[in-house]
Amino acid sequence: MLAASLFRPIAWVGFTCAWLLVLSVVVLAQTTILNVSYDVTRELYKDINTAFATVHKKRTGEAVTVNQSHGGSSRQALSVASGLEADVVTMNQAPDIDILVERGGLVAKAWRERFPHGAVPYTTTTVFLVRKGNPKNIKDWPDLARSGIQVIVPNPKTSGNGRYTYLAAWGFALHKDGNEAAAREFVTRVFANVPVLDGGGRGATTTFTQRDTGDVLVTFENEALLIGKELGADKFDIVYPSVSIEAAAPVALVETVVDKRGTRKTATAYLEFLFSPAGQEIIARHYFRPQDRNVLAANKARFPDVALISVERDLGGWEKVQSAHFADNGIYDQISVKR
Amino acid sequence: MRRTTPRVLPGFGLSLGITVVYLTLIVLIPLSAVFLKTSGLTFERFWALTTSPRVLASYRLTFGASLLAALIDVVFGLILAWGLVRHSFPLKRLVDALIDLPFALPTAVAGIALTAIYAKNGWLGQYLEPLGLKIAFGPPGVVVALMFIGLPFVVRTVQPVLEDLELELEEAAATLGASRWQIVRSVVLPTLFPAILTGFTLAFARAVGEYGSVIFIAGNIPMVSEITPLLIITRLEQYDYVGATAIATVMLVISFALLLAINGLQAWTARRTGRLAT
Repeated sequence: MLAASLFRPIAWVGFTCAWLLVLSVVVLAQTTILNVSYDVTRELYKDINTAFATVHKKRTGEAVTVNQSHGGSSRQALSVASGLEADVVTMNQAPDIDILVERGGLVAKAWRERFPHGAVPYTTTTVFLVRKGNPKNIKDWPDLARSGIQVIVPNPKTSGNGRYTYLAAWGFALHKDGNEAAAREFVTRVFANVPVLDGGGRGATTTFTQRDTGDVLVTFENEALLIGKELGADKFDIVYPSVSIEAAAPVALVETVVDKRGTRKTATAYLEFLFSPAGQEIIARHYFRPQDRNVLAANKARFPDVALISVERDLGGWEKVQSAHFADNGIYDQISVKR
Repeated sequence: MRRTTPRVLPGFGLSLGITVVYLTLIVLIPLSAVFLKTSGLTFERFWALTTSPRVLASYRLTFGASLLAALIDVVFGLILAWGLVRHSFPLKRLVDALIDLPFALPTAVAGIALTAIYAKNGWLGQYLEPLGLKIAFGPPGVVVALMFIGLPFVVRTVQPVLEDLELELEEAAATLGASRWQIVRSVVLPTLFPAILTGFTLAFARAVGEYGSVIFIAGNIPMVSEITPLLIITRLEQYDYVGATAIATVMLVISFALLLAINGLQAWTARRTGRLAT
């Protein structure tokens, strides 16, 4: 009697342990990789991950689960640099991958050559979102510098989105007037019109759409198109400026992690999938401009032609931009004290 | 023969040992890491970093708004505590529990809620903005957010002392011919003063370090509505650890000096009222 009542719990524990063991073996047989990405790609990568799992299973027989982590681009890079075990990183600006090269060689120095199109599966650009009917008649960059216009932009110090907006305004003025003093004067006037600086792109969207603050929101094209879809096209209009900036979203393999976890093959296949026609099609569906010419042509209606400035081509590359504009006491710091 | 006489209370060595080890592990080591990281800077660089106009403006806003918010909290916290202790009314327990809400609420939620209310299309903002009172996205918003998170500190430190306050003292004062105002000024307030000061200090200290709620309502405009913790986070996000810790060091030193001064004031009043009592 006593022996039986003692035995029973032990038997149960043993039984449970055995099951847990079986379960964990099943789980372990499945490869998992972690994609650490920036703020507004949640919806995109959810679709990509499902599609990739199906394709990969068919091709190699390996079952794979891709986990995703999102947040401000630089903050995410910082987490990876300080130990978050990402197999791949998918960011919105090159400096956030370069930092992983500098900090302990997590990413190969030649990461741009590992994948097609300089390891950039898609681009987007910076556009204006105005209130329905464009009551303040905002057509192009000079309108943002007019007095009495409130411009909503995320903080260029903490967000890639804000950084591209600043650079687009700078590039526009530089292109038009041909000298740096004029460009500096122009961005000073634009940023003097900013009543709220949110930390990231989604915060700026909330301020503009939910708090009814500001006359124009300057943000990524994909975010503007998403706002139109989510909040109704009857509330806002999208305005394409005469010149904008090419925001390239680079991807890379985290060498140290894939070697340690033995996931190099799977992670590489995952990033390659982004450049395949199927991956590019999903990218276009989420309002990002795909690199594949055929896919882009098929979605032409969604992406109007804009003259684009490129950081690498026209502004001397990220390294120069970073040290001249966004470093301590750089041009951005100087103009923000002057307001 | 023993050289030391045993203490009256046993366990002094043990409790002091635990106090020192615990304080070192939990408070001193993390704080000294801040100082150590900063020591990588030359003095000129440190000075330039921590006294640039933008950083100076943020000190003014952070400490000024915290001070103002804590003072307002003292006034209204005192009235609230008085109401809860001296009067009974329906749903009193519910009101009592409500006061703790700012303790428990994630600060980001508080920030978003306050912004939604005070923005120009919000419940209150739509009436205040036409009157020229712009609360959200400016320094007044910062004060409102800090008032919200600081209030329970004042109420919760004053309330128990007020409960223990002997009514007989006030009655005695009344029989001796003191007016209502004299009783409050010379009997009630002096007894409550140490508790008020503690509540003020806690609310102020909490406000100085607050980030989560303020960031949503402040607007974060350089030179106007940037709080110091935001500048620290901004530097961290640019991988500038040293710059972040330099500003953090200055904040630590100012906060510590202020807390030390308030503690000194408290000790001084304790001594003074103690002498009066004997």
